[in-house]
Amino acid sequence: MTFSLANLVYLLQGTLWTVALALLSFVGGGVLGLAVALMRVSRFGALRFAAGTWIQVIQGIPLPVLIFLSYFGLGVTGFDVPALAAAALSIAVNSSAFLGDIWRGCIQAVAKTQWEAADSLALNGFQRMVDVVLPQAIRLAIPATIGFSVQIIKNTSYAVVIGFIELTQSGKIINNALYEPFLIFTIVGLVYFALCSPLSNASRRLEARLRARGA
Amino acid sequence: MTLHATAPAPAVEPAAAAPAVRFNAVHKSFGTLEVLKGISFAVGRGEVVCLIGRSGSGKSTALRCINGLERITTGSIDVCGHVVSPDGRADLHAVRKRVGIVFQSYNLFPHLTVEQNITLAPRRVKKTAPAEARAIAADVLAKVGLSDKRDSYPEQLSGGQQQRVAIARALAMQPEVMLFDEVTSALDPELTGEVLKVMEDLARGGMTMVLVTHEMAFASRVADKIIFMHQGRVHEAGPRDMLSRPETPELRQFVGTGL
Repeated sequence: MTFSLANLVYLLQGTLWTVALALLSFVGGGVLGLAVALMRVSRFGALRFAAGTWIQVIQGIPLPVLIFLSYFGLGVTGFDVPALAAAALSIAVNSSAFLGDIWRGCIQAVAKTQWEAADSLALNGFQRMVDVVLPQAIRLAIPATIGFSVQIIKNTSYAVVIGFIELTQSGKIINNALYEPFLIFTIVGLVYFALCSPLSNASRRLEARLRARGA
Repeated sequence: MTLHATAPAPAVEPAAAAPAVRFNAVHKSFGTLEVLKGISFAVGRGEVVCLIGRSGSGKSTALRCINGLERITTGSIDVCGHVVSPDGRADLHAVRKRVGIVFQSYNLFPHLTVEQNITLAPRRVKKTAPAEARAIAADVLAKVGLSDKRDSYPEQLSGGQQQRVAIARALAMQPEVMLFDEVTSALDPELTGEVLKVMEDLARGGMTMVLVTHEMAFASRVADKIIFMHQGRVHEAGPRDMLSRPETPELRQFVGTGL
């Protein structure tokens, strides 16, 4: 047997699942990460400590271990967790620790004088964050966030450890039948590259533009 | 163009003659460095008080203590019937609603238009309706002579224009007291003039103003009271002609070098 059109279609189906998993993980990781970032700059020490611990612990656990934990660990407690959900949850949790740290830096990079101006106008802490700080922090955060989304796309390949049929797993399955590892995984690699490189380029361009504006 | 400051809201407390701002033996330390060593002075309603002195004399710190940007270490400050104390944050919100401040570096919000900069606080803090907030913005922009810049972003404006927008933004909250922290120090002489003109009009309109300034000519012309600070203390205080007849050697030297 040689590599056929049907094999290619199968790979593209896997690609769609990779994209779906990445999107779910990004949204979940973004929501969690925003919470982590906000807790990290809170005026309450307990929240800062909790978020700091979360970042340290999660960054210290390899992603495949997190995936095993949520797939088999939650399974033991009686939840029947679909592979997609387990993988998305794990990657989201992993991403929250990194995005939370990136975004904390962006929030703190907004000039102290902007916080003071908001305080002086009698805005409360919530209004100061939503109306003044976050809009400026988001602008600073866009390049690094897009850059990290490349990381998320590549991280989805760890879902192979629980057999979720995304792009890498699709390649593995086809290779089991054809035994053309060099060809098949080159194609798989090229597809990942096609997904990631536009994002990397966009991130680089945005960062250059931000730097040019002196922000 | 003549400016009329918005009339201060009627004082809630019966003692209408009470000063707008009164420092009561205020100390402020940053770590082991004592910046304010027990200062006391009062600013009457409608008065213009200029704080002058060398860099590091504590004048900017004193100003920033009034609206709680710096927390005082001991003593208290009465501000429009509220008390700023070393521990209490309770009254800070009430104080900040009544006190506007303008900074040396303008500190406009770069992501908002001129109008949005001005309407933000009235809408969020006072829950002013959008249409009314825009009317207020139009009014204060007319006062600072920038009606045509309503939809500009701060980065499209000159320094002097940005500073006038910053003044308008503070005025939109209809403050009882306005604080100015070296507001012309970052501007060239021409732009300084346009900002000082706006401030002078405000003063003539009856606004209570506390200024930290190096503009000695402005202080001599507009101030009701001048306070010379030296090494964290009120070293000499007097009426606006005080600068022409300094009593202490320190002020004599400061005026000599400052002009």
